[in-house]
Amino acid sequence: MSERLDPSSAIVVEAIDVHKSFGPLEVLKGINLSVRKGEVVCLLGPSGSGKSTFLRCINHLERMTRGRILVDGHLIGYHERGSTLHEMNGRELAVQRRDIGMVFQRFNLFAHQNVLTNISQAPILNRGQSKEAAFARAKELLKMVDLEGREQTYPSQLSGGQQQRVAIARALAMDPKLMLFDEPTSALDPELVGEVLGVMRKLAAGGMTMIVVTHEMAFARDVADRVVFMDQGVVVEEGPARDVIDNPQHDRTRAFLKRVH
Amino acid sequence: MSAHKIVPARHWGQRLVAVFLIATVIFGVYVVATSRHISWSTIPQYIFDETILDGIRLTILFTVLAMVISILAGAILATMRLATNPILSGFASLYIWFFRGTPLLVQIIFWFNIQLFVPTIDIGFLQVDTNVVVTAFVAALLALSLNEAAYMAEIIRGGLLAIDDGQHEAAKALGYTPTQAMIRIIFPQALRVIIPPIGNQTISMLKTTSLVSVVAAQDLLTRAQNIYARNFLIIELLIVASLWYLLMTTVASGLQYIIEQRVGRSSRQPLGAWGAILRVMRAEGTKG
Repeated sequence: MSERLDPSSAIVVEAIDVHKSFGPLEVLKGINLSVRKGEVVCLLGPSGSGKSTFLRCINHLERMTRGRILVDGHLIGYHERGSTLHEMNGRELAVQRRDIGMVFQRFNLFAHQNVLTNISQAPILNRGQSKEAAFARAKELLKMVDLEGREQTYPSQLSGGQQQRVAIARALAMDPKLMLFDEPTSALDPELVGEVLGVMRKLAAGGMTMIVVTHEMAFARDVADRVVFMDQGVVVEEGPARDVIDNPQHDRTRAFLKRVH
Repeated sequence: MSAHKIVPARHWGQRLVAVFLIATVIFGVYVVATSRHISWSTIPQYIFDETILDGIRLTILFTVLAMVISILAGAILATMRLATNPILSGFASLYIWFFRGTPLLVQIIFWFNIQLFVPTIDIGFLQVDTNVVVTAFVAALLALSLNEAAYMAEIIRGGLLAIDDGQHEAAKALGYTPTQAMIRIIFPQALRVIIPPIGNQTISMLKTTSLVSVVAAQDLLTRAQNIYARNFLIIELLIVASLWYLLMTTVASGLQYIIEQRVGRSSRQPLGAWGAILRVMRAEGTKG
């Protein structure tokens, strides 16, 4: 995949020295990461390593304790005034999040809305799209995730894999500059994992900038341009996907890969 | 052998109690119906009495207004209670503690006598005698609404807390503002949890309004009392009032059943008329 990536392309995400503590427990101990436009980065590591927490800092679902994250050059979650960072209000955060798509482990489709509304409501409300345009786009996206004709279906009538594909379509409907995936296949029955990964492969091939927290090594190896291996709140090792996965340099990476393979 | 007749176990104890109950009820009806101390003929005479009908209108008005005000106030209190600011949540807790912890009857009498320590209402350019503003009607409505708001706040808070955190997060991640998320995502789902207890509270409120008769607020019971104060047909007029209360609560229960059927349907079903109401509510919040 890395052939399609222009090394001079613009930086979309830049995380600098990101720290996060839950009370006395420090889960992120200074994470640095930059992601270029069109790049697919997989965050790997044992559970509790802080990779999901870090991902959630990128759209400020989680408030970091120190550091800064820029998406498309904009500081996420804060206004910088002199030497202090003032947290944004809910409205301002909402505006920033519209450019950052997110897919959750538990899908989180809106249970009271059908598939069409799930996908089209946000762009109608906040992208100024007409109903017709948003519905047409939703249909297109459903086709892309292989769920043509399921507009009127409610989430409870769908399998986990189908729900997750709708969730991906819903995030894409906002035309985000960046997609965050938080263990998108971890809650799925094994036979449903493939269909979701398939959609994600399609997205990656289409040039979407993606940060993926996953335990799917084969996916990371095939699709990611780069993998970042995290453990105990720090980046242990990072590099081109195949190099790190096939030939890990660090003991902790080796131990982890041995366990998941 | 296979043709044996099957006889289910007989519960003789229950049968005995049933016979006893039937006998008791028949005896009770006989005593009441044949009582020479109740003049049955006066009941039809008063059941559609203009005064009684006026009282019913007021009872329904009290119920509807008290429920509307308490739902609005309860929604505000519930939101405050869930706020991160300790003063806001503390105030809401204090309010709920106070209004649930003191008897409604005391609150009604209190509001009726408010002029004892607030003799005039003074808003700068305007000064009015408190008694002019806080009539028996206003005192009764205030007491019913403010008291009910405390219960409503807890019901609504429960409904909001019942919604999975993932729904909040998904709305945030999609760029919904907090108001949009509340109106479009959280509240419509919370409504399924909130509606049944609100129905119960409404039915209960129909009867609770009778308490305002202590300040002569002209509800159904006040009217019945006014009449029997003149003609001493106490039991007869209480029967008239009870028949009306029964009718009102029965109709309200029926409505509650219909609404719950609609709201309680699984989320996969389109909501029909109820969905239409929700859509209207959401459309109002479009600018949120």
